[in-house]
Amino acid sequence: MIPFTIRFEPRERLSRWINIWVPVAAIVLALVIAGAVLAVSGHNPFTTYQQIIQAAFTQPGAFTQTLVSTTPLLFTGLAAAVAFRMRIWNIGAEGQLYLGSIAAAGVGLYLQSLPAPIVVLAMMVSGAIAGSLWAAIPGTLRAYFNTNEILTSLFLNYVADYLMYYLIFDSTSFWRDLTSPAARVFPQGKTLAASGNWPALTIFTIAVPLGLIVAVGVSGLLWGMIRGTRYGFEMRVMGDAPRAASHAGMNIRRKIISIMFVSGAVAGLGGASQVGDFRHVLDPRGLEQAQFGYTGIVVAALARYNPISAILAALGIGVLTNAGLALQGPNFPIGLTGTMEGILLFCVLGSEIFARYHVRVHRTRKPLAAHRAGQVRPAAPAAAPVEMALTGGGEQAS
Amino acid sequence: MTDTAPAAASPALAARSVTKRFRGVVANDRVDFEVAAGEVHALLGENGAGKTTLCNVLTGLYRPEEGYVEIGGKAVRMHSPHDAHEAGIFMVHQQFRLVQSLSVAENVVLGWTRHGGTWFAPRRVEPEVAALAEQYGMDVAPQAKIWQLSVGEQQRVEILKALYRGARILIMDEPTSVLTPQEVDQLVATLRAMARSGSAVVFISHKLPEVLAVSDRITVLRSGRTVGTVDTAATSAEALAHMMVGRDVVFGDHAAAHHAGGEVVLKLEGLCAENDMGTPALVDVGLDVHAGEILGIAGVAGNGQRELAEVIAGERPRTGGSVTIAGKSQQGRPWEAIDTGLGYVPEDRMGVGVAPGLSITDNLRLKNYRRGGTILRNKKATEEAEELIRRFDIVARGPRTLARELSGGNLQKLIVARELSSGAKVLVVSSPTRGLDVGATESVRTLLADSARRGVAVVLISEDLDEIFELADRIAVLYRGRVTGVLNRGEADVDRIGLMMAGEVAA
Repeated sequence: MIPFTIRFEPRERLSRWINIWVPVAAIVLALVIAGAVLAVSGHNPFTTYQQIIQAAFTQPGAFTQTLVSTTPLLFTGLAAAVAFRMRIWNIGAEGQLYLGSIAAAGVGLYLQSLPAPIVVLAMMVSGAIAGSLWAAIPGTLRAYFNTNEILTSLFLNYVADYLMYYLIFDSTSFWRDLTSPAARVFPQGKTLAASGNWPALTIFTIAVPLGLIVAVGVSGLLWGMIRGTRYGFEMRVMGDAPRAASHAGMNIRRKIISIMFVSGAVAGLGGASQVGDFRHVLDPRGLEQAQFGYTGIVVAALARYNPISAILAALGIGVLTNAGLALQGPNFPIGLTGTMEGILLFCVLGSEIFARYHVRVHRTRKPLAAHRAGQVRPAAPAAAPVEMALTGGGEQAS
Repeated sequence: MTDTAPAAASPALAARSVTKRFRGVVANDRVDFEVAAGEVHALLGENGAGKTTLCNVLTGLYRPEEGYVEIGGKAVRMHSPHDAHEAGIFMVHQQFRLVQSLSVAENVVLGWTRHGGTWFAPRRVEPEVAALAEQYGMDVAPQAKIWQLSVGEQQRVEILKALYRGARILIMDEPTSVLTPQEVDQLVATLRAMARSGSAVVFISHKLPEVLAVSDRITVLRSGRTVGTVDTAATSAEALAHMMVGRDVVFGDHAAAHHAGGEVVLKLEGLCAENDMGTPALVDVGLDVHAGEILGIAGVAGNGQRELAEVIAGERPRTGGSVTIAGKSQQGRPWEAIDTGLGYVPEDRMGVGVAPGLSITDNLRLKNYRRGGTILRNKKATEEAEELIRRFDIVARGPRTLARELSGGNLQKLIVARELSSGAKVLVVSSPTRGLDVGATESVRTLLADSARRGVAVVLISEDLDEIFELADRIAVLYRGRVTGVLNRGEADVDRIGLMMAGEVAA
């Protein structure tokens, strides 16, 4: 028999301090466990970690590359966070991002002769609108027919995926390049003109994509909205107690749809940024493999649905993604980088339980203490704390 | 069985100088309490006096930081309610722990391993359960499904569960709040029968008349301390009230001063609605409520009260009829009702009346935040919250305190403060003082009476007949979704209303 039992008791208040040291301890623990895995598989953990730091930060161009990985994750992370905060489980950021890409690529190609600022702006707006309309489908179904938005938004991801493939691979659509020699060999999208390439802000040697600046701006806007506006107040009430919200006269249906609009618009912006900042073409395979929408859910969870924390969380996952790509090679299988990422996420997300609960370890005692087992101490004076431990015993009950 | 006299030697169950703190607040401060075999012992005290904490210590849910629990004269250290159950200590909570779709017998044996083994044979125990029910004068069929039973019958199942599992000490938490007067009489008979057969019964209540009627001895708690234990035969309601609140309480008659006969501000005509299961809950309900009067709605829980309140507030769709508030016919939307001047204190405080994870400030502006612009004025809201906290005497660390950290009484004061400060013309209140202590009950009732005096039409839905008699100018009785009669207070008496509540007579 196990000689002790472990109990979880809810903490009465979450202190700020615990919110900092628990994640930090979790990261340290993850590094230790991942180090053991690395050592067992024949890699020196210290050189591997050094390589990660180089690949993510210190090599020339490494941090720029990290920001490239971070940008879409911040968009999808925010999209998930804002919906999850209201307990609307929008799993469809993936598809909403695809739709944003389709719209932005289409608008960028169509308006390519116009001045660059207009084209860039039009791409952002169209991407956001396409994403929000796509998200409004599961939103409306949830609001009026109480369908499960987890399923409907998830399945719409597949629809969006096939739509993207159809436009490039299975049709002669406006998006598809039908002229260049390369495209005759393998189907691909038309490349945007220079007017549709979003500028990057260069600080020292680091190129900050315009999309990232927009995404950080959106983080701030969402944070301010949740804290300081009527809309955000309704969001907080509905996220905390939906029945209190309807009791207070809030229109829950309208709110569900509008929050899906906002969430989808943010994800759609992410899709526009993929086309404008990085790919300059509608790239179904690349987007599908990247799985930004699903990784965004992890970002949102790490950030505890807080839009400002999402910046840090997206950066953290961006570092991992980028380092993982850099480490991969004949001696370093992709599965190992995935394992390391998994260990880290498991530790950080799992550590939440330590932030929320006290963990108490008790010695297991014999079943039913006192009056049956019989070993009982006489009544003690009341002033001092009295330990009435009853670890079984031989005396007979009187 | 055994002698009825309390055992001279050692009490069946005792707390010795038990101290338990939460977040630095002392919930139990060196509390002494003992209950003897063969007696019904009432535990009396205001909300936050530490009754629930003490019971949780006695049933092994909490461990005392100082002091200890004694069972049969032996000090014990219990680690979980399971230990308490093995020692024969059971508690019947206010919220029943029953599986609705299972039968009485199935619920009785559920999770109880006395018969051992994997196989679950509730059929075999049906005769045993029936015999137990018979022995203690409880009328309940072992084959019946829980959802078919009334609240009073469900409570009997909880008692049966404890008895079947060998309860020698039974703790009843606020057992009468959901019962009709007739059901209360039956419960009292059952508890007395248990005491006669040598069990110990702890009876928690706020209602002094009931405590005086049922108990042998009474222990009063105040602010986490034991004030004293008295023999019921040697005390009075006034003396007990004094012990509970530490000052003299005047039992008010609030109704006298209302100026009934104002204009009709709430008019219900032919109102029909369904409950959550889709069966008719309100049938052709018609009522007029005048400015300045309190209309009491009496009835046993589950006879349409909840649905009536929700339909008036626009929170439940109606299937027929009309609601008119202050001359405006209602489409049936919550925001419409709020804007027309309806204040509504719902039955469920946590989760409906307030959002538990939000601050006091946020909860206080829950119904008037729409009046400002798009941008919230957080600072102004905080100031207003501070003002309301002061005016309504809400005990909290400050306006940023989360609603879930408040005690029941303070939570209710928060809700009443919000509804009254918004300038409502009609106020619908559901069980406004359920679970509140004497002090908070008095202040809530005073607030209701004052608002009627200022011309608000108050609809008081309550299962507590004493409350209705104390406050209401007119009393309507709901039975199976119909108004079986409306009586002026002068022509109503408890027995008649009680029979109407049971569907025996119409007005």
